[in-house]
Amino acid sequence: MKTNIKQTITKFLGSEKGQDKVVPIFSVIISLVVGAIVIGIIGKNPIGPYHNLLQGSGILPKASYAGGKGMLTDFMSFLNALTPLIFAALAVGVAFKAGLFNIGVSSQMLFAGFIATIVVGYSDMSGFMAKPLVILIGIVCGAVIGGLIGYLKYRFNINEVVSCIMVNYIFQYVISFFINMFYVDPVSRQSKAIGQAASLTLKNVEFLGMKMEVPLGIILAVLATFGLKFILDKTKLGYEMKTVGASQKAAKYAGIKVGRTMVVAMLISGALAGLAGVTFYLGYNTSIQPRVLSSVGYDAIAVSLLGNANPIGSMISAFLIMIISKGSTYMSSTAGVPQEIASVITALILLFSACSAYIKYRLKRTKNEAEEKNGQVSKIQEQMKEEA
Amino acid sequence: METVIIDGLAFALPLFIVAIGGIFSERSGITNLALEGFMGMGAFIGALAVILTKEFFPALGSVSFYIAIVLAILGGMIYAMLHALVCIKFKANQVISGVVMNILAIALTGFLTSQFNSVIFGKPSSKFVLDVLGRFSVPLLSEIPVIGGFFKDIYPFQVIIIIVAIIAWYVLYQTRYGMRLRACGDNPHAVDAGGADVAKIRFSAVMISGALAGLGGICFAYSISANFSSSFYVGYGYLAIAALIFGNWKVIPTLVACILFGFARSGGYMISGMLELPSTFSDLIMTLPYILTMILLIFFSKNNHPPRALGEVYDKGKR
Repeated sequence: MKTNIKQTITKFLGSEKGQDKVVPIFSVIISLVVGAIVIGIIGKNPIGPYHNLLQGSGILPKASYAGGKGMLTDFMSFLNALTPLIFAALAVGVAFKAGLFNIGVSSQMLFAGFIATIVVGYSDMSGFMAKPLVILIGIVCGAVIGGLIGYLKYRFNINEVVSCIMVNYIFQYVISFFINMFYVDPVSRQSKAIGQAASLTLKNVEFLGMKMEVPLGIILAVLATFGLKFILDKTKLGYEMKTVGASQKAAKYAGIKVGRTMVVAMLISGALAGLAGVTFYLGYNTSIQPRVLSSVGYDAIAVSLLGNANPIGSMISAFLIMIISKGSTYMSSTAGVPQEIASVITALILLFSACSAYIKYRLKRTKNEAEEKNGQVSKIQEQMKEEA
Repeated sequence: METVIIDGLAFALPLFIVAIGGIFSERSGITNLALEGFMGMGAFIGALAVILTKEFFPALGSVSFYIAIVLAILGGMIYAMLHALVCIKFKANQVISGVVMNILAIALTGFLTSQFNSVIFGKPSSKFVLDVLGRFSVPLLSEIPVIGGFFKDIYPFQVIIIIVAIIAWYVLYQTRYGMRLRACGDNPHAVDAGGADVAKIRFSAVMISGALAGLGGICFAYSISANFSSSFYVGYGYLAIAALIFGNWKVIPTLVACILFGFARSGGYMISGMLELPSTFSDLIMTLPYILTMILLIFFSKNNHPPRALGEVYDKGKR
């Protein structure tokens, strides 16, 4: 019986080639089951809360809506929150591919968002001028910081994890200083809100009788995802980055300039982080809270890892993680399940997917065992035939 | 000047013990980004113990602090076993596992803190309030000008940390176990050939790392915030990692790095107090330790090398 279950799972999880996709899905399912058990332990039926998660993200219709709101409203605000996360996850992913760990996405976001806010957000440019400029500033500012970290690694052998952490702290405090000195809104204790023209999210757009936000950045995020995929898979630069990530020695032996490639990877990573920053601070939000680094940069690490650091995978896993975190507010208000349970489920998903290497290893072994057994059976059958 | 030393040490020592935890794990070859999670989980278990003993055995008084320390060490150690299991037995990517441990710790401690608060005490709060810890001064020594600051207004946990740190140093550098542990990080195959079990040594190293991080966590909880919430420790784990990389994975240089962080931090506060600057300027001064670190790293990083087998899953068949 037990072997039967094993065999069905092995069959279900399919060939080795598809495992990169199937194993993460498998771990998502397992963790949803474990999450359901946790919800069960605190005395609630798990189906309701899960349904609420999808409703809160605008993927399934809610029972009732306030005037001028609808499922599309929820879905658009879901996309609005999703955009920065996709960019940030791509930023982490491209660094991973080159064997670097960009833990400084949050401060690259903050820097890009801050510069864009003071240069464009407080000016009275028209929307057609302002929005492209915001995006450009985001790319340049992020790339500068990312490139700097890459350069420090290349030139001075400073471990990128340390320099990222230091840069995180420095920007967090310095930008907080500038906000508190020059740009603070005395009521909200945050930076003054930006002008609507600079915002990458259109607010209060009426469509089909519903009011909604339209995040322009999501189009860019999808483009960036496929663009990055193209760079990684089809260009020389992408190949060099992946080689450096796989083995620096081999890359050097093959004549790849390791240091330069790492700097370029960090430039790209920083540029993507900058885009995450402008879509976060001049889109999803309209102001910057001093002394706080957004958690998006850290969540992105997890999202990127769940997606195997692959651009498409990162986009899909960002979608999934965002459903859980965005839907959790609605879940806790309707089902009475504490909101923290959502982050517990997220963590479980990540934990199980971290073990994917082990799952693959077990699969291979069960498969080999099964094949061996089959081989033995057929051998015995052959022997019996011969004897007969 | 004395306050700089007093506050600086109160910050540096817990950071130091967490960083030593990191050294144990990383010298054995297991990348440990999970220090923050270990700290948080240890501090949570310790704080929970304090809250429960205060509620049900109020007569214990300050003894509950020592119970908290022991339980925080145990809690960190047990939680670290999860990281060890995932990294060593399940052969997961150690960076991924570390980040996940941090996320899981924040999620779980936040969730459990509010659950315990509402179930046991009937109040929905996301914090455990701890006592303010008494301090003591060493007589005579604390009267010496300036240097006396090292012996004045000491938290009891600082003494514990120093003792534990000395033991940890001894174990790492002077025992056979320590030698094997360090060898596991550089050349695990040699350890295997020498007849020791690499997986076991690494597993125990990660457990030690969790224990020390748990100790550091509860000390932070007592000294910095006097309460436990799921967010108070955010950032300190990564700071400890920065300290140990700065210290080139060695105990004594790491101590220097931690003291640098601590003194630059408390010194910054003092300067902003002395100059009577408006409070917004303290933000600029808070960046001092980090800018200083960056500058020092530019000069000292050339010879910085991580353990050679760091982050690699040990594979017996590999050559």
